[in-house]
Amino acid sequence: MAASRGGWRSGRRNLGAGAARFLVIGLFVIFVLAPLYWVVITSIKPSSDYLTVPPVWFPAQPTIVHYTAALFSYRGLQGLLNSLIVASASTVLSAAMGTMMAYSLARFNTGGQHLAFWVLSQRFLPPVAIVLPLFLLFRGWGLYDTHFGLIVAYTFMTLPLSVWMMYAYFRQLPKSLEEAALVDGLSRWQAFRMVAVPLAAPGIAATAVFVFIAVWTEFFFALILTSRYAFTLPTVFRAFLGFQGAQYGEACALATTSLVPSIILGILVQRHLVRGLTLGALRG
Amino acid sequence: MASVKIKALHKRFGLVHAVRGIDLDIPDGEFTVLVGPSGCGKSTLLRTIAGLEDADDGDIEIGGEVVNRMRPRDRDVAMVFQDYALYPHMTVFGNISLSLRARRVAKPEIERRVRQAAGMLGIEPLLGRYPRQLSGGQRQRVAIGRAIVRNPRVFLFDEPLSNLDAQLRDEMRGEIKRLHQEIAATMIYVTHDQIEAMTLADRIVLLREGQIEQQGPPLDLFERPATQFVAGFLGSPKMNFLTGRLERGTDGACIDLGEGAPKLALPRGRDLMAADGAKLILGLRPEHIERVAAGPPAEGLVRVEATIELIQPTGSRSYATFRLAGQAVVAELQAHDVSRPGERISVAINLWRAALFDPATRKAL
Repeated sequence: MAASRGGWRSGRRNLGAGAARFLVIGLFVIFVLAPLYWVVITSIKPSSDYLTVPPVWFPAQPTIVHYTAALFSYRGLQGLLNSLIVASASTVLSAAMGTMMAYSLARFNTGGQHLAFWVLSQRFLPPVAIVLPLFLLFRGWGLYDTHFGLIVAYTFMTLPLSVWMMYAYFRQLPKSLEEAALVDGLSRWQAFRMVAVPLAAPGIAATAVFVFIAVWTEFFFALILTSRYAFTLPTVFRAFLGFQGAQYGEACALATTSLVPSIILGILVQRHLVRGLTLGALRG
Repeated sequence: MASVKIKALHKRFGLVHAVRGIDLDIPDGEFTVLVGPSGCGKSTLLRTIAGLEDADDGDIEIGGEVVNRMRPRDRDVAMVFQDYALYPHMTVFGNISLSLRARRVAKPEIERRVRQAAGMLGIEPLLGRYPRQLSGGQRQRVAIGRAIVRNPRVFLFDEPLSNLDAQLRDEMRGEIKRLHQEIAATMIYVTHDQIEAMTLADRIVLLREGQIEQQGPPLDLFERPATQFVAGFLGSPKMNFLTGRLERGTDGACIDLGEGAPKLALPRGRDLMAADGAKLILGLRPEHIERVAAGPPAEGLVRVEATIELIQPTGSRSYATFRLAGQAVVAELQAHDVSRPGERISVAINLWRAALFDPATRKAL
């Protein structure tokens, strides 16, 4: 009797908890997706529908005119290509160099206990403190407004992130696998390439996604270090806020476009990403 | 195949002096077991031979060549790790063939050697699987396959069986012994398990606190332990240690264990160089105490009346605990020699086989 009453009570409590959880998660999903929906919908609204009261939830006559304007008149396509080039190259360089540096720190304790922290400390400087000296250097070296210059800047900007993520990853990889490889007759480089790197693939994938997103959304450095030629996607958005008002449609069209590469990348590495983010806690 | 020589080897980790001046001479083809309690430096010694740790002092020679400054890959040794250390992202074939691929051996030759090694260990059907799809025993075989495929000069085993369950451990122990008989290579094997050491070794090297306590053939160490530590480490159940005092009389020497026990007369020829009244430790193996019927015992045997306190039957034998002058003694008796605690029986202690130690130095007398 007592047991059955307890069971009924706990059943009702579970139901209540389930509903509360559903509500919280539902609100969170709306919170995240609503602005996204608004951006996508605004990008295909005719200009007259932007700020109506009540709002237009779905335009009667969708249009792609904002896309053609944003991509071609405002050179959004050029910005997209530049961003793809710069972000891909910096991601590859940063993840590759970060992986090697992190391996060295994790396995040989390179630079004692302070070097790893010093690497991280590079991020303590506010970007504005670096960007002006960098601007002057780039002007002097002919790197201003070049893809290469921006790639160099972003690689070094994101390197601390890569190093620290991979450092944490390598530290939890068992040493004995590499030791087995060394005794098996592999050189240290071979052991790194054939054993450590494949095992660290989830960590490298997660690191690459973080670096890519950081570079893809970076505005400040791109604004100062580029102008008419190597400008990236985020800098294009400036043009939509003019003296005569905001081009909401064009801004949203370009924003929607800029989401696509990140989403593709996310899907590609999704399988690795979850494992990479738990830093190998599920190893085995 | 090669001999291994170690001269005055030292290894420190910060303040910990793990290996303290070890000299060891391992002839070609010998199966040497390094055994000792945890922290005795046996694994460190093995890893130093492999080149995974640098020696701080002293020399390591493999095949007459000093290898101190050589990288692990150039020492031509193979190692089997405690956790197997199989590469999880490679198949069994990939695991076994990695060393050959790293040396750019021709493909057909790799194929042939991997199949031969797998055949020796009975894991040929598993070549396409990944380590996570294997049982513990199969993983262990793959780890051994990875070692033998290279045909190295020396095999190193670092507690390879300690992660297996008891039954599998017995089986793999037999396999490793058979493997040594087949390929007759120099093998150095680290374990903390004295049964593994006894069954596998041509020679046991017993380490304690970074130094060699005693080395020699297993039965030599078992029957003639140089120190009380060796005597206590080898053998299961453990040797009994009783404190007593030497008494010299007109008809020979005997041991006085104290109040409540008969004096144990030492057999002639088992005499020792100790003064009358000297304190000593008597070491009695449980299997050297047996149940006897009434009547005078044979020469060298001493009869004692024992009240059994505790019985631990194992099936074939029973371990019975009784007291001699207040000190607990375990005897290994026939299964049906004792039936219940409190039983009084006569047992004979074989003093021919007893060990005697100096309580000050803990060395054999």
